Amino acid sequence: MADLILTPNLDRADDVYADLLAAHEGLDKKESDAFNARLLLILANHIGDRDVLRQALAAATLKQED
Amino acid sequence: MNKIFEVPLYAYERSPDQDAPSPVRHKVVVIGAGPVGLAAAIDLAQQGVEVVVLDDNDKVSFGSRAVCYAKRPLEILDRLGCGEPMVEKGVKWNLGKVFFDDRKVFEFDLLPEEGHARPAFINLQQYYFEEYLVQRVREMQDAGAPIEIRGRNKVSAIGTHDTHVALEIDTPEGSYNIEADWLIACDGAGSPARSMLGLDFQGRVFEDNFLIADVVMEADFPTERWFWFDPPFNKGQSALLHKQPDNVWRIDLQLGWDIDKEKEKRPENVIPRLKQMLGDDVEFELEWVSIYTFQCRRMESFRHGRVLFAGDAAHQVSPFGARGANSGLQDTDNLGWKLKLVIDGKAPETLLDSYDVERIHGADENILNSTRSTDFITPKSDMSRILRDAVLDLAEVHEFARPLVNSGRLSVPCTYDGSPLNSADAMGGPARTRPGSPCPDAPLGDGFLLEKLGGKFILLTIDAEAPDLIEEDGIEVERLALSIKDDPTMALKARYLGDCESGVYLIRPDQHVAARRPSYDENLFRHAIRRATGKE
Repeated sequence: MADLILTPNLDRADDVYADLLAAHEGLDKKESDAFNARLLLILANHIGDRDVLRQALAAATLKQED
Repeated sequence: MNKIFEVPLYAYERSPDQDAPSPVRHKVVVIGAGPVGLAAAIDLAQQGVEVVVLDDNDKVSFGSRAVCYAKRPLEILDRLGCGEPMVEKGVKWNLGKVFFDDRKVFEFDLLPEEGHARPAFINLQQYYFEEYLVQRVREMQDAGAPIEIRGRNKVSAIGTHDTHVALEIDTPEGSYNIEADWLIACDGAGSPARSMLGLDFQGRVFEDNFLIADVVMEADFPTERWFWFDPPFNKGQSALLHKQPDNVWRIDLQLGWDIDKEKEKRPENVIPRLKQMLGDDVEFELEWVSIYTFQCRRMESFRHGRVLFAGDAAHQVSPFGARGANSGLQDTDNLGWKLKLVIDGKAPETLLDSYDVERIHGADENILNSTRSTDFITPKSDMSRILRDAVLDLAEVHEFARPLVNSGRLSVPCTYDGSPLNSADAMGGPARTRPGSPCPDAPLGDGFLLEKLGGKFILLTIDAEAPDLIEEDGIEVERLALSIKDDPTMALKARYLGDCESGVYLIRPDQHVAARRPSYDENLFRHAIRRATGKE
């Protein structure tokens, strides 16, 4: 089973973060929510591995695993 | 309104049972002369089991109701001798289009696989379906089959005993009592039989109303399934358009939860909605209007001693995916041969517990699929709507999102994985014919494979040797000897051998695979026969 990467994995993290912010510029709340949803689905498809996604879903809850 | 609704199809007639000094005992009594009850009765009578069908009405069902029939149920109907008129009359379709707002976001083709006698789907009004089943009953009666339908016979009390079931029946001429060795309750989602026995029916209620309108129109819409999410003519809701025979079109409009049902059903409210959808210049006539809500639920157990539940009485799903009547017919297909063996003393009564196991497996699969479709079609939270709309927007542009669009996952036959009747797969052939699977059809010269299967146990050999007849503890198994050369299209090889050189399949009377091996082995197949009949 592939493991979800939870250690730093982005080259030039600040640039990536800036890209995320820039994508939402000029969008209202509704448009931003829709954008995020589309982005989520595109990334999920790219990952293409339900196990990794389930690990990501668990990590996003911020709860520590027992 | 079509006159088929008005004419009694099985008018009340006084039965000699009503004048008998003590309750007459029948082999099997079926409650409900809908698609499932009639199919159950035909299946049993075809095997020579005496059966009486009781229905509180005397006509076909009112309105088109269940309209989509999938390939597997059509194959079951072929075995029951009434597939042909259904397919002849039914509308075949393959193309579906999905719209979001005012845009077509994509279309799909069911792309039916070649080499099957029956199409992937037909649309047919339930009243025709029931009419053809009753015609089949009449045909069987003329040939002396032990089958009877009693109209306006309403079951008012059920008493369960170790040896039989006692029934009290109300008729226009008063009530009478009969007994049955076995009772099959096919009396629908609101099953009075289930209530009389005080049995549970647990599941999830969906807070939504749908308006179904059947309209008759000469329209040049193609024979396709059109599904709209959030269309301009039904903002925030969904809509479906589907063709039935005789220029009848099924229109399904989601209405939401807080509505006045009686008001919404009135023609003066329905017609403007439909005009908005179809365009002002389309002439149409309303045939039937109904508002429904639905639940996804099932009984905890489909067998209660000598009472067996089938169809909507046992399990209920949302209509998305056409899994109601289709799964009910698979129930009867599963039950018929088992009950016959138990009645004949050729299998232990516990064989009937496998009906429970296998069909609960089927019901859970249907409930899961139809619940997911419903969650997609009618999002229950802001975020589920945002995600749903994101899928639809992406589907228009990117192929990857199209499989996520869920306007109903259409009924496919159930494979009984993990059934106690299966023997372990000793062949490693194609996954679609693993033990538990319904046999896929394949062309054989002028005919098809499935015509040769069903109604009894068969040992299918493909380029393999085996005895022509095996008898194991009262169960006779006939050999059907085939070669891959019998099908030049190679579908038989692809579906039953894959990379193997030869194969031997033990096939149940309901055309499901019980066991398979690359070659015949007497000892192992005798075990498989015992296992498939609940003896190990």
